[in-house]
Amino acid sequence: MPEEQEQLFTITIDGVTIEVPKGTTILNAARQIGPSVAPPAMCYYSKLEGSGGKCRTCLVEVAAGSTKDPRPMPKLVASCRTEVMDGMIVKNVTSEKAIDARHGIVEYLLINHPLDCPICDQAGECYLQDLSYNNGEVGTRYEFKRRTFVREDIGPYIQLHMTRCILCYRCLMVADQLTDSRTQGILLRGDASEISTYISKAIDNDFSGNMIDVCPVGALTDRTYRFKNRVWFLKPVDAHRDCDKCCGKVTLWNRGEEVFRVTSRKDPWGEVQIIDGKAAWICNTCRFEKKKTDDWIIDGPTKIDRHSVISTNHYVEKVIPPDPLKEVLFGREPLLLMDIQETSEVNSQDIDLSILPGPATSTTFIERDEQKEIEEADAERLAINDHKKP
Amino acid sequence: MSVQFSPEKLDKINELISHYPEGKHKSALIGVLHIAEEEFGWLSVNTMDYVASLLKLQPIEVYEVASFYSMFNLKPVGKYVFEVCQTGPCMLKGSDQIIDYIKQKLNIGVGETTEDGMFTLKTVECLGACGYAPMMQMGKFYKEHLTPERVDQIIEECRNNSARNN
Amino acid sequence: MSKKLLLDKINVPGIKTFEVYRREGGYQSVEKALKMQTGDIVEEVKKSGLRGRGGAGFPTGLKWSFLAKPEGVARYLVCNADESEPGTFKDRYLMEFIPHLLIEGMITSSFALGSNVSYIYIRGEYDWVADILQAALDEAKQNGFLGKNILGSGFDCEVYLYRGAGAYICGEETALLESLEGKRGLPRIKPPFPAVKGVWGCPTVVNNVETICAVVPIINEGGDAYAKIGVGKSTGTKLISACGNINKPGVYEIDMTISVEEFIYSDEYCGGIANGKRLKACIPGGSSVPILPANLLLKTAKGEPRLMNYESLADGGFITGSSMGSGGFIVLDEDQCVVRHTYTISRFYHHESCGQCSPCREGTGWLEKIFKKIETGKGEMKDIDLLWDVQRRIEGNTICPFGDAAAWPVAAAIRHFRDEFEWHVLNPEECLVRNFGLAHYADALEAVTS
Ligand SMILES: Cc1cc2nc3c(=O)[nH]c(=O)nc-3n(C[C@H](O)[C@H](O)[C@H](O)COP(=O)(O)O)c2cc1C
Ligand code: SF4
Ligand code: SF4
Ligand code: FES
Ligand code: FES
Repeated sequence: MPEEQEQLFTITIDGVTIEVPKGTTILNAARQIGPSVAPPAMCYYSKLEGSGGKCRTCLVEVAAGSTKDPRPMPKLVASCRTEVMDGMIVKNVTSEKAIDARHGIVEYLLINHPLDCPICDQAGECYLQDLSYNNGEVGTRYEFKRRTFVREDIGPYIQLHMTRCILCYRCLMVADQLTDSRTQGILLRGDASEISTYISKAIDNDFSGNMIDVCPVGALTDRTYRFKNRVWFLKPVDAHRDCDKCCGKVTLWNRGEEVFRVTSRKDPWGEVQIIDGKAAWICNTCRFEKKKTDDWIIDGPTKIDRHSVISTNHYVEKVIPPDPLKEVLFGREPLLLMDIQETSEVNSQDIDLSILPGPATSTTFIERDEQKEIEEADAERLAINDHKKP
Repeated sequence: MSVQFSPEKLDKINELISHYPEGKHKSALIGVLHIAEEEFGWLSVNTMDYVASLLKLQPIEVYEVASFYSMFNLKPVGKYVFEVCQTGPCMLKGSDQIIDYIKQKLNIGVGETTEDGMFTLKTVECLGACGYAPMMQMGKFYKEHLTPERVDQIIEECRNNSARNN
Repeated sequence: MSKKLLLDKINVPGIKTFEVYRREGGYQSVEKALKMQTGDIVEEVKKSGLRGRGGAGFPTGLKWSFLAKPEGVARYLVCNADESEPGTFKDRYLMEFIPHLLIEGMITSSFALGSNVSYIYIRGEYDWVADILQAALDEAKQNGFLGKNILGSGFDCEVYLYRGAGAYICGEETALLESLEGKRGLPRIKPPFPAVKGVWGCPTVVNNVETICAVVPIINEGGDAYAKIGVGKSTGTKLISACGNINKPGVYEIDMTISVEEFIYSDEYCGGIANGKRLKACIPGGSSVPILPANLLLKTAKGEPRLMNYESLADGGFITGSSMGSGGFIVLDEDQCVVRHTYTISRFYHHESCGQCSPCREGTGWLEKIFKKIETGKGEMKDIDLLWDVQRRIEGNTICPFGDAAAWPVAAAIRHFRDEFEWHVLNPEECLVRNFGLAHYADALEAVTS
């Protein structure tokens, strides 16, 4: 058979035009352009077949269907499940309608959410947090009782907090597509739906841990990491080992010598990376049982999005934000019990953890020229305060 | 306690499976669950696991389906289940009063079963009998044009029936 | 008396049996169709202008012509007898009292579409109706209308019954197909449409009971003859199930030329409002479509009398009009509370949402809770706006039209009856025992009926 030539379609998203192969979804086309125009996706996961279409956060406006039929589409469409047509014009952040709908979706997703980020292990790498910060409104208009469920351990490794679940169905797809049988499912329907095993069965399967990675919120979390640390205090490094079950290529989340948790390697969209042409899912042995640095060969620091909360205070070019406290206290000095920026070893300024060759250890922090740092910081703070004076 | 369908029921199930193309026996699931309800009154975990093994499905697939559809009982219910419709058209014709009447008459709340295990009261949404409202479903049949007197009569009949069958 | 095509024989004693039905001219359409080219049958249905009777009103002939016909892949016809839209009970009436009509329509349509195995998906609660249908199917089989090589035509035809188990959403065609596959009734994301990928991945046509029944007179008398009945794009006859506060609730077959006023007040149909009350409002097409106050129901915004057909009921869009929907005609008299009625409808949608997509899953529950708050005298003015906002952001943003169906009744109730909502807020104690004054909505009525 002669190789079919790949047909290219032109699509314009928020004014940026790009050519993509036929069959590409609007969302993936937008991702190729970049994060500024890519709609948020809470349920779509490119490595899971059949995912998407459910959360409706990726809704966009189609201002022109195609060159052939340039009529606008009457409704917003789910960009993750809508294929590009040649000459299509799409409005995402430039569409008031899409933005308004997204505000609505965030509100719907949050009305029954417990908002327990302070005690949630996912905080800091939670897509619902990001979504709400970017698209949510201040305050809630919901004044009724929130739906609650009892926390459940499904097996020795995974904990299910159904209250936090947004029913994206990703974990079911992991179970269907990566493991040999599914023990958890969705019970009931409507807003009573819940992920459950129904009879508290353990989920026991070599690849079940990947459910934790695909879960966009803190509904499925790693029991071996529970309450051990916060992600922004950890330093992620890429590492690998020879594994007979999976690719063995992972991200270690360290503090000093200690490996706090192991996850798969993520791409900029929060999905597991494609390594050697395959999605780099990892097995439970690598994820839960190899918690020593010796188990691993370090490949180098993990590249983390500069804007992620995980990079907080890991910048080189230091910009200390003005402290709003004084302003709201009408000039009075707030009583600080502890200045995290000065007290924390790991959380300190001026050390770009990403460029360290290996895991960060406490010596990394001791060795720095402390005095210089403090002086600099003081000078800067003074400068900012000066600036604010009338 | 192990569960087991009677040979006639098993025949019926095989007949059901034959309605669908080769390999699509999952289509028989809802039908088999109906048969199971008929046989055992409600769907216990044992029953559902048994159904799963009959149809070569994962148990969770059966739980998922059984819990989705409102007709399946995942908990034991009374001998007679009154499912009173409370949606708009029935409400216009006084379904609220009928529900209150049954509550008071049987001294149970919605979702509860009488102490003797005879009656369960449930509220349901539109059953497609809006023109004959207010109405309720009792087992296989609909009881339509309900009035307090009619409810009395139905309860009476149930009691008599059950006395006869004992 | 308007012409009856579906219910003309309904009062013949014993019409439920094959013998009587056949004696009355039943199953002729099958004999006729088997001698026709399948393409010609589809053409007749196209000519008839028949529109789907399940709610969406999509032209049936066109839908049939979209059915993909890949080589070596089975095609399926599935009859949607899930009928669960509040106010609608016409399909049950057909199946219960003249079951062979549906079976005849199924065989004729199966032949036209090349479906050797077809299914009737009936809602689980219609248990005894399923028995009636099953008995009729058995009779048809004994008489050679079902089975291998029917009537020696070389066409194999089986029709199986499939009982649902209580889920309104399984009326949505793709959810129905999921359910038919033995799964949870979650609507599929379209495309692909069922005509290309339906049940078990095969091309499938889903049609309402009444639609399939209407195929019988169309084949018997020809598409053109059928198209002559009715007006404009509302051809043929339509079953309306009327309920609520009227003298004669029930199922009526109308040709779509009569006015709404005639339908409500004439003795042939609803026989007027019960107990000598006045008309307040009406939902003309099943719970999903907008409610209309009496004045807008009887006359369009242009002041013309409103007729019982697709175009006229929709005249004015959703601002001043409504929709034919599924033909569930719900009438509210002056003593009824629109807030309470809409509350029960919201509760219905909350109960029936499949929960797959977030706006519908979370929004329907929220709507119900706000309604309950207002209805029980705890509402605030801001709740009315909140209701509006919540429904507005559900509409159009969901996977399946269920979201719209949940939003529209709320929008219409606020649009036309806002003062009644406000009265609930302003009179928190009174609203528990009494209803809002109604003169306002019934006023226009006097002018029309005098
Ligand atoms: C939420 C929802 C519920 C529906 N319920 C029914 C139903 O109970 N019966 C029905 O025939 N169609 C129902 N429909 C319409 C079907 O999806 C479909 O359009 C119809 O069965 C097509 O048949 P028709 O073209 O003959 O009308 C429903 C649609 C939606 C969105
Ligand atoms: S548990 Fe997580 S992955 Fe699973 S459905 Fe809920 S949010 Fe999605
Ligand atoms: S709109 Fe409602 S019923 Fe339809 S798919 Fe979404 S959640 Fe399910
Ligand atoms: S990402 Fe597209 S709907 Fe969820
Ligand atoms: S509303 Fe009660 S049967 Fe339809």
